[in-house]
Amino acid sequence: CRGAATGSTRTTAGPAWPSPARTTAWSPPTPASPSDTTSSRASTPRSASCKADKCVIASSGFQGDIKALQKNLAARELLYQHQHNKRMSCPAMAQLLSNTLYYKRFFPYYAFNVLGGLDSEGKGCVYSYDAVGSYERTGYSAQGSGSTLIMPVLDNQLKSPSPLLVPARDAVTPLSESEAVDLVKDVFASATERDIYTGDKVEIVVINKAGTRREYIELRKD
Amino acid sequence: ATPPSPAPAEPRSSSDERNQSRINPSRESMDASAAAAGGGDGTQRTLNPYVTGNSVIAMKYKDGVIMACDTGASYGSTLRYKSVERIKEVGKHSLIGGSGEFSDFQEILRYLDELTLNDHMWDDGNSLGPKEIHAYLTRVMYNRRNKFDPLWNSLVLGGVKKGPKGDEKYLGMVNMIGTHFEENHIATGFGNHMAIPILRGEWREDMTFEEAVKLIEKCLLVLLYRDRSSINKFQIAKITTEGSTIYPPYALKTNWGFAAFENPSKGAVGTW
Repeated sequence: CRGAATGSTRTTAGPAWPSPARTTAWSPPTPASPSDTTSSRASTPRSASCKADKCVIASSGFQGDIKALQKNLAARELLYQHQHNKRMSCPAMAQLLSNTLYYKRFFPYYAFNVLGGLDSEGKGCVYSYDAVGSYERTGYSAQGSGSTLIMPVLDNQLKSPSPLLVPARDAVTPLSESEAVDLVKDVFASATERDIYTGDKVEIVVINKAGTRREYIELRKD
Repeated sequence: ATPPSPAPAEPRSSSDERNQSRINPSRESMDASAAAAGGGDGTQRTLNPYVTGNSVIAMKYKDGVIMACDTGASYGSTLRYKSVERIKEVGKHSLIGGSGEFSDFQEILRYLDELTLNDHMWDDGNSLGPKEIHAYLTRVMYNRRNKFDPLWNSLVLGGVKKGPKGDEKYLGMVNMIGTHFEENHIATGFGNHMAIPILRGEWREDMTFEEAVKLIEKCLLVLLYRDRSSINKFQIAKITTEGSTIYPPYALKTNWGFAAFENPSKGAVGTW
């Protein structure tokens, strides 16, 4: 896990060196029935933190900026709780994250985020971001150095329809929790094969009505 | 922090002025060139380190935290200073070890002095623990990095403080760009590449002080052999609930009696 925090050897006059971006992937299945709602998120450690009511952020990029960003969001979330006497919903946190990132549009947080959780109807939601705050709610996502390796696999496995279709078709094939977790383990194992920055360990967080569960899988032990 | 702007020109004797511009560039011209370099506003930023310290190694053990480093400071490829203390006490509960630019380390010690003085003046029985100091240093380093004027260091912060669950050992590190984390064992600089693999393989929870020293000496020896800027003069420091101790410098025994060194031309006729 410490390997993820050390910087790459690119040198510039200013010290804005990113640390090797870890990989983050999300894939929530659509619920077969409302009680089956699950979403799973996987990333290498130290990028996850719990926010709001069943909402988790996973970040990839420069660790200093990631910590600063997550600290910022945690403070704002606490403020929200004091002011509104309730926890922030996932869509609300999604908007807050976007605004926080855009606030530093001209000196960005070098952080590539995926937000995941349950929306107010209890369905799984995934929001995917770039470094300056543009975001989109999707069925699944991957960010970080291994994202280019992972996304095509998810696209293929989760049968994403063309975004050009009218009316728009729902993005995600219904998956059970174990199928989703297995898929996440598989894509991370694949990314670890070819991406030097992905590896050591992956943290899988599963959020559903029952609660939040964490699992750690060792990688790169071969 | 930006340097103070030049004072309005005081009357100087003519010889002073001539000497000034001949021997040293005048303050005004230095500031002018700095202004050109730093984007036109007269501020300066660190571009390279000058006097640098080597690796610092630290790890938790049964009674607290142990930290070690060599006592050398290099000026580029010159081994300029051979008796430099790069581990210092901070308050009652922590030790800080610094590698990288030594003047920046001294500046950080000044900041920490202010912090501990504040603590002392409050006089309320409370004092900053290692976790708090680590958080403070992280903010300082990260904010300087955001201003493109970093403190060119990798800092190791270790200590023990009584917490809700009894005596809590803490060990963390923060570097010049603000990357920071907490771990059971830390190494900076070349130590990252050479000491960490050893520590990952051999560190155990609840090592005695003697075992910890042996392990740290193993790492220091590897660095002595393989890091060209290290010297054979080390300091070990430990911190426990009783307090901190920085031991006097000492040398390690090295072994160069390898067969391959003894007769180097054996396998290659004509070489020297």
